[in-house]
Amino acid sequence: MSAFDPVTVILLVPLVTAAILALISDYHWGARLNVAATFVAFVSACFLFAARPEPGDYIVIDDLNIVFIVLSTFVGFTTSIFSASYIAHEVEAGKLTPTHLRFYHAMYQVLMFAMNLALIANNIGLMWVAIEIATLTTVMMVGIYRTHEALEAAWKYFILGSVGIGLALFGTILVYMAARPVVGEGSDGMVWTVLAGQAQHFDPALLNLAFVFLLLGYGTKVGLAPLHAWLPDAHAEGPTPISAVLSGLLLNVALYALLRFKILLAANPAAIAPGPLMVALGLLSLTFAAYMLYRRRDIKRLFAYSSIEHMGIIVFAFGMGGPLANFAGLLHMTMHSLTKSAIFFSVGHVSQVKGTQKISDIGGLTVTHPWLGWGLVVGVVAIAGLPPLGIFTSEFLLVTSTFARQPLLAIPLVAGILVALGALFLRLGNVAFGEPRGPVAPAKASYVPMFLHLALVLTAGIYLPAPMVAWFQSVAKLLG
Amino acid sequence: MTPTMPQTIAMTGGFVFDVAHLLAGGLVLVSLMMLYQRRLYALLNVFALHALVLTFSVAWQAYIQDAPHLYITAAIALVFKAIVIPLALHRMIVQLGIHREIETAGGVGLTMLLGMGLVALSTVIMLKVTSEADPLAREDLAFALSVVLLGLLVMVTRRNAVSQVVGFMSLENGLVLAATGAKGMPFVVEISVAFSILIAFIVIGIFLFRIRERFDTVDVQALDRFRGEMS
Repeated sequence: MSAFDPVTVILLVPLVTAAILALISDYHWGARLNVAATFVAFVSACFLFAARPEPGDYIVIDDLNIVFIVLSTFVGFTTSIFSASYIAHEVEAGKLTPTHLRFYHAMYQVLMFAMNLALIANNIGLMWVAIEIATLTTVMMVGIYRTHEALEAAWKYFILGSVGIGLALFGTILVYMAARPVVGEGSDGMVWTVLAGQAQHFDPALLNLAFVFLLLGYGTKVGLAPLHAWLPDAHAEGPTPISAVLSGLLLNVALYALLRFKILLAANPAAIAPGPLMVALGLLSLTFAAYMLYRRRDIKRLFAYSSIEHMGIIVFAFGMGGPLANFAGLLHMTMHSLTKSAIFFSVGHVSQVKGTQKISDIGGLTVTHPWLGWGLVVGVVAIAGLPPLGIFTSEFLLVTSTFARQPLLAIPLVAGILVALGALFLRLGNVAFGEPRGPVAPAKASYVPMFLHLALVLTAGIYLPAPMVAWFQSVAKLLG
Repeated sequence: MTPTMPQTIAMTGGFVFDVAHLLAGGLVLVSLMMLYQRRLYALLNVFALHALVLTFSVAWQAYIQDAPHLYITAAIALVFKAIVIPLALHRMIVQLGIHREIETAGGVGLTMLLGMGLVALSTVIMLKVTSEADPLAREDLAFALSVVLLGLLVMVTRRNAVSQVVGFMSLENGLVLAATGAKGMPFVVEISVAFSILIAFIVIGIFLFRIRERFDTVDVQALDRFRGEMS
């Protein structure tokens, strides 16, 4: 049994690789090792489907996190392939030095470790620490270009992220306080499986207050509307692989933490329903981001705002609750993660070729760079929620179930989605079609990660395999 | 994990309570003092006092809960937050040449009123919500929430990066107070270490901002000018 333990591999491989990467000065080898390590983590994550370890004090593998672990390691793997071709260009352009890259690769692995730990952790304190580490590493990577903009973005992210993390800790402490009279003192009071089993006996008032802090704290990391200010800057100024990981994974991890606590509240009949709070924040984020999309002039900022919009939709879905909306939320999380990272893969290469992130300086991509251009077109069509791609399925499910239950809430939801669709297509028209603008040098890009993601999203939109559906349904039930 | 001492607490309940409240309340008071400090030096001195009061408070909790590991947290608070960080920031301020008056976003009077409002708010919320919990912990939590909110207020009302960090550190002191007040909570020491690392990074960050990039100022508003986009 102890010969091969996927959980240990998922956690240890990134840590050991990070240490090795910090010592390797040749960035070509660093990039290859980075790819290899993320691949090993992904393969061992797949083994979790076959055999799950029993939940312990620190580690739990259950229906909720198993797919997120696999998704997270998968996107980590594809992003590392993209990253390898991306950084090669950055070195040629003189934007990054090999020393920076040593640091960058090591941090990439630490980030993978922290996200895997946050997903696997059964202890809410450990989960908090893991999310803090993930925040710190991304802050350092956002600031890696050392330009004024990058440092400002990193600083803003740092301060807002720290405040969010602080509020989340306060919420975590309150959960422990609520659990203590029932579960008893000591480490049991923070073990999630223990908490979930006994949540119905907790003091509801304390639990309510805890959830408010957790929602604000982890909500900052998710990028929900009044607390989102760090997100566009961090996405726009950091290296694009980090934008892909931030949007595709880190937002999901923070949301996952929130879901864990939502289950605790759902198990306690006397506690407030977390739904209305999440619905309100979700709709606010969706509407706000949808209108903000029109004012963007920077292509990475555009898609950062689109991430806020989609996080709003997902939080709205979980706030609505019920089997159908939860199903839609989970599917949307998965699809958004795949689509948005694919878009950033394309955008990363595009902005390298064009030497700018300004939308007005990019044009005619489908003519000059057909692969990148059409990849971007498919990605944007997917993210805007058009059939037959995966996001259409989840949005359709969400909209129909909302119409059936709360028709009034469906109106702002549909309005937000449509407004965002208009903005995205407007910008896509400028960028992908029309007169070519900017340099037309061929891109040295790796197209595999981008099209792999898009193919998965397309497949999910046309046909969702039965085991996937069964899994989504069982988790949707768990979420209440 | 932690053996409780019901007989001791029953015997000296009043005294134990009073000291714990005195220290936690003192922390709130020092937080309020931060709000009206106009000069950076003075702000740093008040923060050192804040950390000192926290040290005593944590040590007292370690003593009454019979939880020796909390002494580590107290030691971190004393050495790191009350001595090392203020000294480092002090030197930094001199080197950066920003030991001038801090501009506050609102007037001092308004900020103080807001601060008192926040303290009242957190007391009302906490005492109402935790009516079932044990009295020592619930009042501790009320104080802790006040310190957290006042720390946020300091961060909001200051524009200078150094004073924002001071605000964040006082917020974090409130979290440590809450964590130590929650009896038998695991990971308290680890969390305080994690936060110290975070703060160390922030402080180094400020330093690098200036030294590496030669910004004219560490005023966050001045940084805003460098943004690529107007929105």
